[in-house]
Amino acid sequence: MNPSGKTQSHTGEAGHRSAILPALKACFPQTIPVMTGYIFLGITYGLLQVTNGFPWWLPVITALLIYTGSMEFLTTSIFVSSFNPASAFATALMVGARHLFYGISLLSKYRGTGWKKFYLIYTTSDETFAVNYSAVIPEGIDPSWYYFWGSLLDQMYWVAGALLGGVFGSFLTFNTEGLDFVMTAMFVVILMNQWLKDGTSLRTMGRDHMPELIGIASSLLCLVLFGPDSFIIPSMAMIFLALTLLRRRLEPIADAHAADAGDASGEKEVPSC
Amino acid sequence: MLTASQMILTIAVIVMATILTRFLPYIAFPEGRKIPEFILYLGKVLAPAVFGLLVVYCLRNVDLLTPFSQGGTHGIPEAIALVSVIASFLWKKSMALSIAAGTIVYMILVQAVF
Repeated sequence: MNPSGKTQSHTGEAGHRSAILPALKACFPQTIPVMTGYIFLGITYGLLQVTNGFPWWLPVITALLIYTGSMEFLTTSIFVSSFNPASAFATALMVGARHLFYGISLLSKYRGTGWKKFYLIYTTSDETFAVNYSAVIPEGIDPSWYYFWGSLLDQMYWVAGALLGGVFGSFLTFNTEGLDFVMTAMFVVILMNQWLKDGTSLRTMGRDHMPELIGIASSLLCLVLFGPDSFIIPSMAMIFLALTLLRRRLEPIADAHAADAGDASGEKEVPSC
Repeated sequence: MLTASQMILTIAVIVMATILTRFLPYIAFPEGRKIPEFILYLGKVLAPAVFGLLVVYCLRNVDLLTPFSQGGTHGIPEAIALVSVIASFLWKKSMALSIAAGTIVYMILVQAVF
């Protein structure tokens, strides 16, 4: 891989400047679906805050600082109710609990990203997690810069949407009903991409796709049992439990998949001679 | 309605809780220390499961039971749009194309058909 025989970490000084723009060029096309969804949803969010009587900059500040859409939409009702920071904290913990799973999944990928790591972790939204986790980074592109651009672009889309909604939302005349389906479609495609990567044979479907099947079945079951507003935490618990109990069976399959994909997290450091 | 200072405090508290959920795994398993085998295993199988959860999450408010006479759609627009996404992806393997196709189909269905 490295003919000079010198170990070159991807955050090293060598080739630093030339690594930045190619990573942006490789990353940008992958963020276009997020751009569509975030700008639209951001406009909806900005508009909602303004129609609730708040100034235009409130959605912009919260979009930038909180940067987790589901929680931001909840703030509209929190801001108009009585002051209760403890309950706001608890709600944010519960809504954000899924980030724990994102962190565990990205631990290996975000290792060695240097100064960018703080920002990468801070901006791990649902969409950025999904896009960065499933990214196939082209040969010669610095992963840390690829992840950085993906995270930064996504956050900019979201903040820009909130700004547009806060300032111009009330002038919107184009019928946008149903445009929010862009996020659903994106997650379906990401799930399918993962599914096809894990095997295409129908005969071994149950074996190859156990994690996906566990995820879908647990969430559907919890949705029916607990309703749309409180099924996330029980779903996470059920997914965690099922994956833990099935470790013996699933681990060899997961390792084989990681090896097939030449996954960066499965890559061993090549010793220099 | 909250006062300005109450609002700033509320935002700060929400930001703190969100940061906590995002940083906890990295605080528990910092750089330079070996990640336990079990966590490495979870890192490989959690994401595919979470992708399933996120799809269900996006569709959580689809109402299957309200009859047509009361303005319900029984989730038919969502089902048709999902089939468009899945079929076009299996056919062309293009993420952008499938996302656009599904969204356009869905918008036409909810705006003009149902």
